[in-house]
Amino acid sequence: MTQINRLDGGQVNRGTTLNFSFDGKRYQGHAGDTLASALLANDVRLMGRSFKYHRPRGVLASGSEEPNALVELRSGNRQEPNTRATTVELFDGLEAKSQNRWPSLKFDAMAINDRFSNFLTAGFYYKTFMWPAAFWEKIYEPIIRKAAGLGSLSLQDDPDEYDKGFLHCDVLIVGGGPAGLAAALTAGRAGAQVIIADEDFAFGGRLNAETFAIGDQSGADWAATTVTELQALENVRCMSRTTIIGAFDHGICGAIERVSDHVATPASGKVRQILWRIYGKKTLLCAGAIERPIAFENNDRPGIMLAGAMRAYANRWAATPAQQVSVFTNNDDGHRTAIDLIAKGVNVAAVIDTRADAPRLADCELLAGAQVIDTSGRLGLKFVNIRLADGSKRFIECGALGVSGGWNPNVHMTCHQRGRPVWNERLAAFVPGGDLPVGLSVAGAANGEFSTAAALKAGSTQAAAALRDLGMTARAIRLPNAEDEGVNLAPFWFVKHGKGRAWLDQQNDVTVKDVKLAHQENFKSVEHLKRYTTLGMATDQGKTSNMGGLAIMAELAGKTIPEVGTTIYRPPYSPVAMGVLAGRARGKEFHPVRETPSHKWATEQGASFVETGNWLRAQWFPKPGETHWRESVDREVRAVRGSVGVCDVTTLGKIDVQGTDAATFLNRVYANAFAKLPVGKTRYGLMLREDGIAMDDGTTARLAEDQFVMTTTTANAVAVYRHMEFVHQCLWPDLDVQLISTTESWAQYAVAGPNSRKLLQKIVDPEFDISNEGFEFMACRKITVCGGLRARLFRISFSGELAFEIAVPTRYGDALIRRIMEAGREFDAVAYGTEALGVMRIEKGHAAGNELNGTTTALNLGMGRMVSKKKDSIGSSLSEREGLNLPDALALVGFKPTNNNDKVTAGGHLMARDGPVDAAHDQGYVTSAAHSPILNSSIGIGFLKDGANRMGECMRLVSPLTGTEVEIEVVSAHFVDPEGERLRA
Amino acid sequence: MHDLVATSPLGGPRPRTGNFGSVVISECPGWALASVAARRGKEKTMATSAKKLLGFALPGVSSLANNGTYTAFWTGPDQWMIEAPHASHEDLAEQIKSALGDKASVTEQNDGWARFDLTGTGCHDVLERLCNANTRAMQTGAVTRTRLEHLGCFVICRAKNDHFSVIGPRSSAGSIHHALTTAAKSAL
Amino acid sequence: MIINHPLLGPRDAQEFTYLGDASLIERPDWEAEDAQDQFHDYLYLRDNPAGSHRELWFHEIGDRSWLVVTRDTTTHEITSVEMARDVARAKGRSK
Repeated sequence: MTQINRLDGGQVNRGTTLNFSFDGKRYQGHAGDTLASALLANDVRLMGRSFKYHRPRGVLASGSEEPNALVELRSGNRQEPNTRATTVELFDGLEAKSQNRWPSLKFDAMAINDRFSNFLTAGFYYKTFMWPAAFWEKIYEPIIRKAAGLGSLSLQDDPDEYDKGFLHCDVLIVGGGPAGLAAALTAGRAGAQVIIADEDFAFGGRLNAETFAIGDQSGADWAATTVTELQALENVRCMSRTTIIGAFDHGICGAIERVSDHVATPASGKVRQILWRIYGKKTLLCAGAIERPIAFENNDRPGIMLAGAMRAYANRWAATPAQQVSVFTNNDDGHRTAIDLIAKGVNVAAVIDTRADAPRLADCELLAGAQVIDTSGRLGLKFVNIRLADGSKRFIECGALGVSGGWNPNVHMTCHQRGRPVWNERLAAFVPGGDLPVGLSVAGAANGEFSTAAALKAGSTQAAAALRDLGMTARAIRLPNAEDEGVNLAPFWFVKHGKGRAWLDQQNDVTVKDVKLAHQENFKSVEHLKRYTTLGMATDQGKTSNMGGLAIMAELAGKTIPEVGTTIYRPPYSPVAMGVLAGRARGKEFHPVRETPSHKWATEQGASFVETGNWLRAQWFPKPGETHWRESVDREVRAVRGSVGVCDVTTLGKIDVQGTDAATFLNRVYANAFAKLPVGKTRYGLMLREDGIAMDDGTTARLAEDQFVMTTTTANAVAVYRHMEFVHQCLWPDLDVQLISTTESWAQYAVAGPNSRKLLQKIVDPEFDISNEGFEFMACRKITVCGGLRARLFRISFSGELAFEIAVPTRYGDALIRRIMEAGREFDAVAYGTEALGVMRIEKGHAAGNELNGTTTALNLGMGRMVSKKKDSIGSSLSEREGLNLPDALALVGFKPTNNNDKVTAGGHLMARDGPVDAAHDQGYVTSAAHSPILNSSIGIGFLKDGANRMGECMRLVSPLTGTEVEIEVVSAHFVDPEGERLRA
Repeated sequence: MHDLVATSPLGGPRPRTGNFGSVVISECPGWALASVAARRGKEKTMATSAKKLLGFALPGVSSLANNGTYTAFWTGPDQWMIEAPHASHEDLAEQIKSALGDKASVTEQNDGWARFDLTGTGCHDVLERLCNANTRAMQTGAVTRTRLEHLGCFVICRAKNDHFSVIGPRSSAGSIHHALTTAAKSAL
Repeated sequence: MIINHPLLGPRDAQEFTYLGDASLIERPDWEAEDAQDQFHDYLYLRDNPAGSHRELWFHEIGDRSWLVVTRDTTTHEITSVEMARDVARAKGRSK
């Protein structure tokens, strides 16, 4: 029993048979099938269970507007939930499963919900899960979470990759039906850069689904011929399997290209999907139209589908949902389904037309002025119950019913910038309004131009108009003859009958009754209706259902449809997988990595690395036998303070500041004075924000009268540069100063410790005197090293020891670290990482990021007097505010535990020895803490109210978060060498 | 002469090259770079002196100019980057500074950047997966700075359609190279 | 969004960093008698219009120019883009 519902003809390739499975059962289809068409060909109508009531559901549509036939694809880590069977391209080995059912699709235990439907009506969530509040977290939410959502996630990492990309064009054409293809031909032949995208794997749109001829070709053949011509044009890019998901600001559109969804696994190195950002000067929306159903009782049985979809399955995919079908319509177009299916040899029992004066167009029985009032059949349609024009009833046996309530222009994208569609009485449909996204125009059925001839003409005309706006000329193309029938329709939205449920939004299980209830409960705005009933809020955004809801609401309110108005659509046009939005930014590729010049060498040394921003910095360098990081760090600190150590400090931001006004400029960006810094000297600088809060600090060296090299903290390098450009360009644009970052140009190493000079004397070329006299504390100089390599030497110290920083061009950084370590062997030189660096700066009481934390002032940091009042600098005025200068202002001090075994913890707050522990009695907090191997004690620095005058006080350091409380003593933040004798040695 | 051995931005002793079908991606460390910014009020005299030194006028917005030895490209208002072979011009910044004197601020940029060249017919297909530069519209000598692998990079069209340079921050050379080669495998 | 850079033409807003109200250019005179008050107003009292707004954008991943962009905050329509240094000079800012 294979493909018993397969018809003759169609555009499937019978030469290629594909095996696939649905719910474990094996079937066959052909190349060119979708999962939906192949299932129908195999006489499978039941494809899923509905969201709320678990009603058996089949396919409603034949495209991405499908609300019902959502399935899980593939298995294992490639399992993907909620894909529409109507858009899933069949491939050999495809595995699909139905969703939202247990234990099986045919017997679903949750279908019990259907019996309780009276409780699950509009506003169910609002009414039910209101109280008691305590029930929310423990009871309601888990229940809702379990019941909600259709498919399930694999909970494994997606093994596939996704790209992001950028495309540019003059005209982006959205949709490859007759209007889109005519537009592409017009613009393409005119030489414009054109992108035409269609979500389908075949261009042609409805041309592939209808039997219309274009010129002397079938519609499908014309589409194929046209695409061949377009593909030969270098200036046209034809993108099938590509959905334009949104029209964003200023003409930017988003697109998802499904590169590998139609194959079992992506080829090596290839991605599954691409998220494109398309910069189109003009966008032409040729998205066609979407048919709308008529609501009647039990209109959701598998087998009941849109008439146009039924016709598409027959014409394009040579599949019929059943051997005997009927059609229910309010317009002439519905009759085409009967005509086409009869031509394919399907038995059409009757055309049921709501219009009393319906024309007889198909060669089958016509029931004019009749309505379908109910249906039966447990897991699929068996009978339709019809009320004839004379009021009598009649049952007709059929396995499928094609329903047409007319067509809605596909206005989705016209709403993405809040444009509101407007009502067109003649078409009884909303058409694009005036407020379109920038650069967007609409052609063809999407604009209410429904006939093939009208669509071709509009596509061509609108493309020419778009090019004209761009100053290009397009010659009119000769359009072939095509069908040009008008719309013959008598609006009809829902059948009034008994008490059964008539479905509007099949994905969210919203019925006519729900809309009535909402109206009864006074939800009168369409926006309220939408949210209260959830009509149109499912993943299909109500593409097939909104119109019915609006029409019913209008009728209940005694208003016209335009008076009631419409809700609007938002991006994305159809659901988008999270993976493609992430692109390659996941796992280790989440952000780029910055490596220091000594990275390779540090890796060889077995360094442990830490991420600081994008930088990877060595944290410590473990030696054999060391089992705990503290052992390594303590050893590194002792080695530096005892002899010499080397640390890569390249990551600190470096900004080259040049120009005749460079000194004046620095005077403005730093709170302290820089103008008189002599050439060959370095100075510590504190930068404030305009509100007087410390922003960044670092040392700046004057290399020449008109050249400084500023260093910033690693974290703030980018922000400081941006700030300095602001100060220059926006505040003092005529200062002669030029800024450029040189962070990466120089490999810079700190060489610190009492033997640092001796070590460097082996590296620095002998003509440069680096003795204490020849190169005093805070000196800087351009030098050469290792026999002539240009370098820079700074005598600055973060550790408090005699120390230097030496910089060479980055390409020699690897060689230099090796040379330094070799030269340092006689001094037992160590490499030290950021942890030892941190310990030593805390021992020395130097502020860093934890202290410059966005709330502290120069005064807090103990540098109040550095803020020069003799000059204008950023932040100097507001740093004088009263509130920032209170007598008990926080001051940077040090802390030691009274009991040597206790630990000072960063983040802990300081409380008086006696008294309550609460925010009102907060005295300050610890910002940085470390174990000092020199003092053999835990130490910390932080901010204490009036701290400078509280030396020796014992306080409680409490951390309610960790439940710790220790007694500490307030001490000077300068734990080591408070007089600074070592660094001047 | 000093005896320190240089490493390439990717960390190897020799620059790396890879063939990806219609595109070859090569690491190009052999270039010296110096940034040049005109001093305030000396824009014109600087341009004259630069022309004398380089043998051509400094290029305008978003473009590049060159002769045999020097290449100059625009990086911002009154700012350029000058490129020359590293082997012969390691001291490029110094040379330019001595030619331009106090008319310009010159900064050595040799090692601030990593340059990767893409050659072959597939350049556009690779670059469109990485950055928003409209490379198909770029003529020979067009230059833009844009975001690539989250980083600010220069994209230079050395020869229309089939030769581009991506110049990005040196410390992220590995990430940039990974992005380029991954995109090439994906796109070609 | 697309910002039409006066020198470079249309550029994606992804390349820019936003700062805020362009009135930040009008930094008060530090020596004014009421400098404290002026700085307070300069820094903290900003308009937040629903509509046309002049604001500062930095072309960080580009030519490093600060721009003054006039943007309608309700529609994102950009009606003018100027070099901030030109705006600053026009406001009398110099050295």
